[in-house]
Amino acid sequence: MLKVDTIEMGTVVDHIKAGKGNKVLEILNIGEDYPHRVALMMHVPSKQGGTKDIVKIEGKIVDKNAANIIALISPGSTINIIKGEKVEDKFKVDLPAELDNAGKCPNPNCITNSENANNRFRKESESYRCYYCERLFRADELV
Amino acid sequence: MNLISIRDIDIKDIEGILDHAEKIDNGDSKVDLGGKILATMFFEPSTRTKLSFQSAAMRCGMEVLDFSPGTSSLKKGESFADTLKTVEGYADALAIRHPKEGAVRLASSVVKKPVVNGGDGGNQHPTQTLIDLFSIKRTKGRIKDLNITLLGDLKHARTMRSLVYGLGMFGANVTLVSPRGLEMDKKYLEEVNKKFGLSVKVENKPDYSDADVLYVCRIQAERFADPYEAQSVQEKFRVKKVDLKDAKEDLVILHPLPKINEIEDSIDEMPQAKYFEQAHYGIPLRQAVLDYILR
Repeated sequence: MLKVDTIEMGTVVDHIKAGKGNKVLEILNIGEDYPHRVALMMHVPSKQGGTKDIVKIEGKIVDKNAANIIALISPGSTINIIKGEKVEDKFKVDLPAELDNAGKCPNPNCITNSENANNRFRKESESYRCYYCERLFRADELV
Repeated sequence: MNLISIRDIDIKDIEGILDHAEKIDNGDSKVDLGGKILATMFFEPSTRTKLSFQSAAMRCGMEVLDFSPGTSSLKKGESFADTLKTVEGYADALAIRHPKEGAVRLASSVVKKPVVNGGDGGNQHPTQTLIDLFSIKRTKGRIKDLNITLLGDLKHARTMRSLVYGLGMFGANVTLVSPRGLEMDKKYLEEVNKKFGLSVKVENKPDYSDADVLYVCRIQAERFADPYEAQSVQEKFRVKKVDLKDAKEDLVILHPLPKINEIEDSIDEMPQAKYFEQAHYGIPLRQAVLDYILR
């Protein structure tokens, strides 16, 4: 059994698709310079069956914008906001209907990759259409 | 009002533009935009689109300012956005072509003046789509229920993708004929099917015996790794006079131009060849578009 200390203030992202925990840390800009404690647990057995990843980050509150990006690679993950060692807020991340100033268009010929433009995408079925180049992409391609 | 993508306009507006273009072409309507200025900003080469925008503007009584990227402050490092904000002050509308997809959409969010897309990379060329629809309507009297065959490199031609969308809106029967590997994107066809119920036939052999309209586009040699394969595929898909024996007598052949060798030269003189008329339709159609965006 893995045991990780509780955190005073920060975020726990649970039910991450197995193997995507590293990517979640990347989305949250948690790199080697991050000054607080961070725990990454990969391929942990899930009560819902299969395995999952979990990250615990001290000193960082995940906002809605970052939650939307996490949803692109791991819809269904849960965000637990911790304050005073207690869960103050808990929500599930779902694929957003629209992304504004978030994500990155994977089309190298899209103008957003050479000019200063806010990335914008609209969800169509299970895909996202870039507002600028109008191409459709899988959600995980936008990260 | 902007015209950036065929996805932005509904069939009612398209019909309005096509009807107006027809009246202009018949001499029953004159667009008066006197006192206004159109800036043409073409960041990549063009013959027909740029000149026909300029000609259409002049025929509406407008003055034209032509922006040349090669001799502008872009060479000093000025950004696309700053260039647009500057030119916006000199003109009442902007016609823009750019090699990057989405550049004209971005332009429309940077400036307050009406913007019309003259082609953005492989994405959209809405006025070409309108010219194509207008050419079909003008030469065949209608679009609905016609058998329309699109032939060539359907994977890379933005003209063809937008046209399929327009044909879907108008209820045509579409057959797509392309070499293997150069077929139109399936996801795109699914989108058009979902929106308009358009189901298309997909073929890899040239056959236009049932077609009322044959729309041809180029197959570029650089799409093939092997030059011999490129040559043999181009030859197989070249439209030849002898092949038209089995075609309908009143077949109409269209092409967005420039054509290189995908249609045999001798076809140019045949009554079925309507591609130069199609290029000339750019004038009344773009007059109707200028009226639409500046109205």
